[in-house]
Amino acid sequence: MTSLNTYRGGPDEGGHFGQFGGRFVAETLMPLILEVERAYTAAKADPSFQAEIDYFAKHYVGRPSPLYHAERITEHLRRGDKGAKIYFKRDELNHTGAHKINNCIGQMLLARRMGKKRIIAETGAGQHGVATATVCARFDLPCVIYMGEEDIERQKPNVFRMKLLGARVVPVTSGSRTLKDAMNEALRDWVANVDDTFYIIGTAAGPHPYPAMVRDFQCVIGNEVREQIMEMEGRGPDSLVACIGGGSNAIGLFHPFLDDKNVRIFGVEAAGLGLDTDKHAASLTGGRPGVLHGNRTYLLQSDDGQILEAHSISAGLDYPGIGPEHSWLKESGRVEYVSSSDAEALEAFQTCSRLEGILPALEPAHALAFVVKLAPTLPQDHLLVMNLCGRGDKDVFTVAEALGTEI
Amino acid sequence: MSTKSRLERRFADLKAQGRGGLVTFTTAGDPTFEASLELVLGLPGAGVDVIELGMPFSDPMADGPAIQASSLRALGAGMNLARTLDLVRRFRGTDEDTPIVLMGYYNPIHSYGVEAFLADAKAAGVDGLIVVDLPPEEDDELCLPALKAGIHWIRLATPTTDDKRLPSVLANTGGFVYYVSIMGITGTREVQADAVRVAVERLKRHSELPIAVGFGIKTPEQAASIARVADAAVVGSAIVERIKGGLDDGDRPRPAMVPDVLGFVRALAAGVRKARNG
Ligand SMILES: Cc1ncc(COP(=O)(O)O)c(C=O)c1O
Repeated sequence: MTSLNTYRGGPDEGGHFGQFGGRFVAETLMPLILEVERAYTAAKADPSFQAEIDYFAKHYVGRPSPLYHAERITEHLRRGDKGAKIYFKRDELNHTGAHKINNCIGQMLLARRMGKKRIIAETGAGQHGVATATVCARFDLPCVIYMGEEDIERQKPNVFRMKLLGARVVPVTSGSRTLKDAMNEALRDWVANVDDTFYIIGTAAGPHPYPAMVRDFQCVIGNEVREQIMEMEGRGPDSLVACIGGGSNAIGLFHPFLDDKNVRIFGVEAAGLGLDTDKHAASLTGGRPGVLHGNRTYLLQSDDGQILEAHSISAGLDYPGIGPEHSWLKESGRVEYVSSSDAEALEAFQTCSRLEGILPALEPAHALAFVVKLAPTLPQDHLLVMNLCGRGDKDVFTVAEALGTEI
Repeated sequence: MSTKSRLERRFADLKAQGRGGLVTFTTAGDPTFEASLELVLGLPGAGVDVIELGMPFSDPMADGPAIQASSLRALGAGMNLARTLDLVRRFRGTDEDTPIVLMGYYNPIHSYGVEAFLADAKAAGVDGLIVVDLPPEEDDELCLPALKAGIHWIRLATPTTDDKRLPSVLANTGGFVYYVSIMGITGTREVQADAVRVAVERLKRHSELPIAVGFGIKTPEQAASIARVADAAVVGSAIVERIKGGLDDGDRPRPAMVPDVLGFVRALAAGVRKARNG
């Protein structure tokens, strides 16, 4: 484990977090991502850009989202004199029901500054697709969402939502017909429509500057947590927990705290049917470094470097890669990466619904499943913050099916 | 022994003959190792000047449906990077002169190990590499090691590559420059010879290297029109579609597949050969 002055300094000019990240894209896209980088650098330096984001975050998204003391879960996980005090960061209360909108507002405002006339995006669970379609409706730009055929089947409510919002949802039939293929297809669209199109990537992955840019837009989560917990507890948190698909909600919570040496940080990947099977989505705990979708990062891949299909009960975690900053945070030892299985997430989903009156999305249910294991081992004055990054309405069909119930 | 590389000799020959060349793309191992090898062995006799072989990849981001499907067929039939190099080695055993360029994506090479891959590729008789997702910004990864290993690095220049970017795209490029003639992925739009002429003239102002033009060339006539304005025409998706047309329902090659594809290649070669003196 290296000891650094700061864990918050990345990426470098080439978009690298240690050996991870970079700009591994076709020449056709290179001028575009350089243009996005220039535009984003300029926007960041312009106070009116942040002011615009803040305005929409407050009045349209509904920020700040509450930091909520989950009292009944806390009680439920007490063992003798042990049992951490559990807080939920309620990003599921955002407009559109997940953290994804934080990023979409930011990228949309950037796309407008750049004069782009058409928006494309990939989506897995459909949450990012819905958030993108939402901002496209609000800012009156045509919207094309690429979504794997497989995901369209298991996320029907979100597909219809996107259509109601005026987006065109294009089924992706190539490869494994899930999120990675949707991203391939969006990149193909972008290559063919470079002049007028902005690609709103939905997670902290892709070529530089996306991982850093998406992180920046999601850091509102961690920044709010810091203020809120100071107000409620008079001090900072002791540990942070978030689920990881591509890693955007997690990096948004983690990044502001990376240099708070006493804060333990846990990223929770999807273990699907188990890490000892080939049906999981845990790129960090079950994969190895490779290059996909514009960056070097941990990937699920065969011995020959072919990308493998990921599996998770949660479509939003079903991605064989992960944002490059997480790969670096793993190798540097700053963040601990663990995993929860389909079954554990399903159990946590029900626990949260019954005890707190909150249907969590299946994605943060993975984070909660880890909290269920972690909290009982910690002292009662230990402050644990979990990112409840999405609500579970979209998942009721999946959950019903998994529980063998017909609705 | 000549100090010129196989690619340099081949393009010098073409120049001496006063004609443009034909470059064909097929995916190594599509639909099977054996059928692919048989096809590749037949290419020089059918008039192909440079052979481009795709290294199959699960996620070919810059390719259209035809080449995506060919990649999946090859992988489905058990192809991998080691066998792709084996295919080149077998070809080289019978043909010392026709240059072979491997085209693909970085991850399988990354997984194989850069140094091991370059050593094995050189030994197998690979002359050049086109790796779609390695722009000049990532030259340290594979481009510079490849040059050190004596393998040409062939870069794609595209309609989005402006004059400011061209020098960095052309630096470290050798053998030839591959100009992508359309905005988009392989096999989707049709090439426009007039636009290509202008683009090639622009590239020629920046580079002495031969210019091959590809993406969107489907017919002998189009190949001819490109060979008139560039040093070579690259045909990929159209050949790959022919391969697909020669498969049965289980994606196995019918007996007529290889002869049929080679017949099409011969027509392309004839078109290219007629281009300048016809
Ligand atoms: C509610 C929710 N949480 C988490 C994720 C995973 O993405 P990320 O890891 O980028 O936060 C998704 C993705 O769709 C999601 O919808």
